[in-house]
Amino acid sequence: MNVAVLLKQTPDTESVIRIASDGKSVATDDLKWIVNPYDEFAVEAALRLKEKHGGTVTIISWGPQRVVESVRTALAMGADSAVLIDDPALEASDGLGVATALAAAVKQINPDLVLCGSRAVDYDQAQRGPMVAEFLGWPHLALAVSIDSDGQTVTIERAIEGGKVVLESSLPALVTFGGSHAVWNPRYASLPGIMKAKKKPLAVKKLADLGVDASEAGAAKVRMTSLEMPLQRAAGKVIDGGLDMAAKAVELVRALHEEAKVI
Amino acid sequence: MGKCVCIIAEFRHGAFRRVTYEVASEGKRIADALGIGLWAVAAGSGVAEKAAELGRYGVEKVLVIDDPALENYLAEAYVPAVADAVAKCDPAAVILSASVDGKDLGARLAARLKAGLAQDCTQIVCENGKIKAKRPIFAGKCFGWCEWAEGALPIVSCRPNVMDCLAPMEDKKAEVEKVQVSVADLRSKVKSIDLDTSGKVELTEAEIIVSGGRGMKGPENYALLEDMAKVLGAAVGASRAAVDSGWRPHADQVGQTGKVVNPNLYIAVGISGAIQHLAGMGSSKFIVAINKDAEAPIFSKADYGVVEDLFTFVPALTEEVRKLKSSCS
Ligand SMILES: Cc1cc2nc3c(=O)[nH]c(=O)nc-3n(C[C@H](O)[C@H](O)[C@H](O)COP(=O)(O)OP(=O)(O)OC[C@H]3O[C@@H](n4cnc5c(N)ncnc54)[C@H](O)[C@@H]3O)c2cc1C
Ligand SMILES: Nc1ncnc2c1ncn2[C@@H]1O[C@H](COP(=O)(O)O)[C@@H](O)[C@H]1O
Repeated sequence: MNVAVLLKQTPDTESVIRIASDGKSVATDDLKWIVNPYDEFAVEAALRLKEKHGGTVTIISWGPQRVVESVRTALAMGADSAVLIDDPALEASDGLGVATALAAAVKQINPDLVLCGSRAVDYDQAQRGPMVAEFLGWPHLALAVSIDSDGQTVTIERAIEGGKVVLESSLPALVTFGGSHAVWNPRYASLPGIMKAKKKPLAVKKLADLGVDASEAGAAKVRMTSLEMPLQRAAGKVIDGGLDMAAKAVELVRALHEEAKVI
Repeated sequence: MGKCVCIIAEFRHGAFRRVTYEVASEGKRIADALGIGLWAVAAGSGVAEKAAELGRYGVEKVLVIDDPALENYLAEAYVPAVADAVAKCDPAAVILSASVDGKDLGARLAARLKAGLAQDCTQIVCENGKIKAKRPIFAGKCFGWCEWAEGALPIVSCRPNVMDCLAPMEDKKAEVEKVQVSVADLRSKVKSIDLDTSGKVELTEAEIIVSGGRGMKGPENYALLEDMAKVLGAAVGASRAAVDSGWRPHADQVGQTGKVVNPNLYIAVGISGAIQHLAGMGSSKFIVAINKDAEAPIFSKADYGVVEDLFTFVPALTEEVRKLKSSCS
């Protein structure tokens, strides 16, 4: 079974976010970059499917050259090869444009299954997966917290508001990943893995190589025109004043009831 | 410009979800600002009987797709039908909920209709006849304003619990028009569904959340939080440390790689306040921190902080809340 994983590089979740001088983008000068955690879960799941069924795992990513490092991380975890879409035309694009390019890259590889994150922890757009599935004309199953396949179908479990469901689709299909580190426990790249990753094939493609019209895919329908920081919370109040433990409980309940009016 | 603002209603298990009324209320404000009407598309099993009630929130007309195959949300079944109905409305903007299913539907719909999508918005405004929407990025560490290119259809999903609901106009009914669809030849299906009937409040929709971290020391101690949650009518959340330790289910994780929540009251118990955790709960209206370490970063975000050992303080607090509740009722 051949699996493709859509992988985005995102700033480390430790990052403190600052607005760049243009007022509409995030300052990237002192950011550390990581594989989007949900995509790391998808890589882990792809490798487990490969262990069970054989086949290959291909990483697909769009981004500037720095993305190579994250792609190599996935190769070091055990993926076989990668396609990097490195085309500045997409920089002014939106979710739809990027999804168009990703879908075109998927078509060239022609996998049985595409796995991707449910959202990237940078812009939280939560849209590329379903969009890619739509462009491929495939079903997609969203927010997997477990995945299994018999080679013909794929089955996932996912949480929904107020319960959980088991979903199934015939292949080819796309699955987006939810859950958390505790659910997927993604493997680390081993030292031999890191050595091997350096020699694994990484194809760099332009939109033209994918048969995508750069002017169309690069024209955003929606874009972020300004950023703002959240309101700073006013300095809070520590309930102390020499009160003993029981009196603090009384004072906290009074404050929540009378001042905050939330209970 | 299109002829209406079109909302997509979310109908589950025989009723519209509350967030649909928030979406309708927001849709009404935008439609009024644009000087056009408010329409809705409602898909589901049994939705035809209930559709007229959307009129209470200002919806003039509802296109209804009623089919037993739509009992549970499945993108493959919903998307073609909803996309056709939306196109029939000829909308200037489409608004839906940023629930789990709403975001999924919105994404595929945007691809199908070649529209511009802004997910999980917390504010929509109208300036010179054009829509702008504000949305959190980096799990709330920052906010971005989205604008649409000339001629592009805006699709906006609204974060639950943020937009104000209009007071319902009890006597208003929407006109209902049935749309015929055939939901057939699907490659995907819902194999089984397991609804939690314990009445547990969903984190993302909870008005009060009591959350426990590594300071809880073990899974058995969450009974302390469950007790308090019961008295408050709250949901129980957790930090990643607690989830990674296997003390709490992953669905309870709050933070940048968990749920982003915005309750009226968030009580963080034995949680240090790592940046990833703060990102997920920082927009709560009131934050209470209970931690025995006065230096814990969570205190810098808390409206009220208590430096105490949680094992003695939480039971005392629960008792005080119980007293308050019994004196109020
Ligand atoms: C990629 C990535 C993603 C992440 N995503 C998330 C996320 O989504 N959500 C999240 O929460 N974290 C996330 N984290 C983890 C985050 O960095 C922290 O490790 C985590 O939030 C710490 O959890 P905690 O506050 O429960 O534990 P700790 O930091 O260990 O804090 C425990 C606190 O309990 C207090 N305490 C101990 N005993 C008592 C007592 N008896 N009474 C009162 N107080 C007591 C201590 O003083 C301490 O402040 C992520 C990390 C990474 C790298
Ligand atoms: N630049 C990208 N390259 C490859 N995959 C991406 C890219 N952007 C988003 N994705 C995939 O789409 C998922 C959802 O991302 P988003 O819609 O940006 O929140 C991610 O988890 C990735 O799997």
